[in-house]
Amino acid sequence: MAQTSTTRRPASRGPAPDRQSVRSLLVKIVLLGIVDAISVYAAFALVLQDNWVVAIVVLAVTALVNWIYFSRRLIPAKYLTPGLIFLAVFQVFVLLYTGYVGFTNYGTGHNGTKQQAVSSLLASSLQRVEDSPTYPVTVVDRLGELGLLVTDPSTGEAYVGTGDEPLAAVPDAEFEGRKAVSAPGWTSLSFQDVIARTEEITALAVPYSDDPNDGALRTPDGSNAYRYLSTLEFDEQAGSMTNTQTGVVYSDIGTGAFVAEDGSELRPGWQITVGFDNFIRAFTEPSIRGPLVYVTIWTFVFAIASVFLCFALGLLLAITFQNARMRGVKYYRLLLVLPYAFPAFLSILVWKGMMNESFGFINQVIFGGADIPWLTDPSLAKVSAILVNVWLGFPYMFLICTGALQAIPEELTEAATMDGARGWGVFRQIKLPLLLSTTAPVLIASFAFNFNNFNLVYLLNNGGPRDTTTSLPVGHTDLLISMVYKVAFTGQNRDYGLASAFSILIFLIVAAIAVISFSRTKALEEIQR
Amino acid sequence: MKVTKKGALGLGAVVVASAFVLSGCQASGDGGDTPAKGGTLTVWVDAERVDALKGAADAYTEKTGVKVDLVSKDNATIKDDFIQQVPTGEGPDVVMGAHDWLGELTTNGVVAPLELGDSAGDYLDVAIQAATYEGTVYMLPYAVENIAVLRNADLVPEAASSFDDMIAKGKAAGLTQPFVVEQGAEGNPYHLYPFQTAFGAPVFGTDASGSYDPTDLQLGSEGGYEFANWLSGQGRNGTGVFNTDIDGAIAKQAFLDGTAAFWLTGPWNVGSAVDAGINVAIDPIPSPTADAAQPFAGVKGFFLSAESKNKVAATDFLVNYLGTEDVQLDLFKAGNLLPALSAAAETASSDPIIAGFSKVGADAVPMPAIPAMGSVWQYWGVAQAAIINGEDPKATWEKLVSDVQGAIG
Repeated sequence: MAQTSTTRRPASRGPAPDRQSVRSLLVKIVLLGIVDAISVYAAFALVLQDNWVVAIVVLAVTALVNWIYFSRRLIPAKYLTPGLIFLAVFQVFVLLYTGYVGFTNYGTGHNGTKQQAVSSLLASSLQRVEDSPTYPVTVVDRLGELGLLVTDPSTGEAYVGTGDEPLAAVPDAEFEGRKAVSAPGWTSLSFQDVIARTEEITALAVPYSDDPNDGALRTPDGSNAYRYLSTLEFDEQAGSMTNTQTGVVYSDIGTGAFVAEDGSELRPGWQITVGFDNFIRAFTEPSIRGPLVYVTIWTFVFAIASVFLCFALGLLLAITFQNARMRGVKYYRLLLVLPYAFPAFLSILVWKGMMNESFGFINQVIFGGADIPWLTDPSLAKVSAILVNVWLGFPYMFLICTGALQAIPEELTEAATMDGARGWGVFRQIKLPLLLSTTAPVLIASFAFNFNNFNLVYLLNNGGPRDTTTSLPVGHTDLLISMVYKVAFTGQNRDYGLASAFSILIFLIVAAIAVISFSRTKALEEIQR
Repeated sequence: MKVTKKGALGLGAVVVASAFVLSGCQASGDGGDTPAKGGTLTVWVDAERVDALKGAADAYTEKTGVKVDLVSKDNATIKDDFIQQVPTGEGPDVVMGAHDWLGELTTNGVVAPLELGDSAGDYLDVAIQAATYEGTVYMLPYAVENIAVLRNADLVPEAASSFDDMIAKGKAAGLTQPFVVEQGAEGNPYHLYPFQTAFGAPVFGTDASGSYDPTDLQLGSEGGYEFANWLSGQGRNGTGVFNTDIDGAIAKQAFLDGTAAFWLTGPWNVGSAVDAGINVAIDPIPSPTADAAQPFAGVKGFFLSAESKNKVAATDFLVNYLGTEDVQLDLFKAGNLLPALSAAAETASSDPIIAGFSKVGADAVPMPAIPAMGSVWQYWGVAQAAIINGEDPKATWEKLVSDVQGAIG
């Protein structure tokens, strides 16, 4: 591919370039050549895995990239393409995929394809015939058809059979010890041959006799066979499973599993798209809707309170430190930035320890052995979460506000004072609007961050105390994001579909807030003009 | 022109990255797809046990020509990765795990049955029982793990005969909180289970084949209520033996500091106690009743992937190589857990600590792997924690039973 790019050179190049542009052109060709070589390699690898769609996408993107960088125009595209590709791979794709999962029933019990579910059900329905012995076997081959050369362990006699023909005696088999190792007309397979034909051998079931109730012999390891009876039968035409022992028919009624008439399901099922089911469930099923509603409310309360308190505290401190009469400002500032300088993970875990009801520092030392349930009482746990978050977050706001205040010209204050404004008036009418217009983007970002502040909730209390009234494993301090995590990744019943639906909701909320706030910010910017 | 150069550089990085992103996952797991001569077995192994398996893997390659590719995986994510990767065809042929995953693995259809054949009789009963799910064996067991009481033999020289005796002996030694066990805000039913069984209240009854029966919830039996009463009496408003503020770290510190003489915990904590210079003895769990206190047994083993293209070699490797005494002993040395193979278990029991745990393990019952257990875990610990913290034992236990029953359906 590197060569293909080189051949394009004359076509895409202008006449008589100076020396420097020749050199940069060479660099360009070499780099693009490397890129092309890698993507061709990737495409090859993908095609070998029958991954045609991805391979075509890779090649198409490479072609586009070549065109952009060899074109003499398209200057903006040259800047933007790398970023756009990253955006597509790491943001757009992830978003679309999450969106897609939100419309499926992907989760525990609906994990793979229907075909996989069928083969898994059939494999686990094999029951070893009671008290049947282990049969030493040799895998044999006749003109491409596989058979099992079986030695009956009780009589020592040899039998051979295939997938279609039941076992028949082979009087002239050759033995090695007490195990028949070859039979006339059949070629014995070596272990390597057995491994090479694993799939055929795994599928091979040799009927024990003409009576299907005697079961069939299968060899899981190529040297021993066991007699199995299958309790499930798959009817390919009807697409249904029948339990051969009870006669119950499980049919595919479009729910992603085989379901019997009485409603019992065979697990595993398979993955299907379910349309808006997950969203409908989120809003109609009381056991999900309840937690969803109060978790959403708490998430807003948490995010707004965190941003407001952090900002208020940060601003207050920043104003205090701006006062020329303050002494040793440097040292105070250093101290105040400490919470920001510590890794947040560490601080949160330390807080968690300090808030332990019986052994924590706060109760034991500060409150002299009181039993204040900082993290175990539903309401107090919420207060604690906000408290810790403010402790973590105010230094950042303090730094931002200090900077923003310094950027406000002193003349404005003087002019306002001349006009008769007092301290509070100056602050409220002059400084705060200016401050807000510069810090608004930070506040919005901070809101979005706290809206999804998983670390704090997860590390401090794991969302606890647990809400025992719902079937979802949520707690009283869970935010939407940690609720999504718990639905998708904890416990034995995962529901990726529902979790993805929740995360789409979160995305919509945060996106809507961001859009609204940014349009408000524009209004604030007007002030500065 | 400089711009283009930089752009091209950035672009190079991008395409390299996207090529890896798009093809990376494919490249890593292609071992199972090529049934070429000899073939390759991909085995996902818990990071601590890779070295222990190297010998067996090399021996197998030498004997059969099948390459065994041991992939070290993070213990915390190995199960989820396995469940997610198997349907895509990128999963391994064999994965290392624990028996209580079985419900989830079979519900997702990612494991294949494993025929142990005649060798099934060579394993400890509890191991085979745990490896069996709905009558079918899915796992090759290699270790059995259960909790026991660690006693600081310098503080209390002899074992306790009953629960009250343990507390009395500890108090006699001058300790205020002689016994610690890991709890938390949401309780820890795993560690309290031996006391519950002592009152004759297992979670589920068993059917004829010895498997747990989700329709027979024993939690709400009379014994369950007796246990709840007893727990309440040992909680905040009673003796205070149990405290939900004592988490794993606090319990450990108390034992290491010598402020607690008895610590109900598992073999994973013995190392740090011995390292701290404590004269550790392993005792049976002192029962609050006349019946034995039976802890849960966790059995570790290997599963065969349902989508493995190399099932024959994988089965052969598992049953005939990993099921041998040498390999089981190698794994024992790597993890200090009682081997599941009876012969290896006997050899390993020459160590008094292992012998102590294995003696307690003789009474242990496999932790239920049925999906219904998930519903139990969800409510169980929270209810126990509430009882310890002074809620009415009868009402709380009643709610637990009805919640669980409702969730199982």
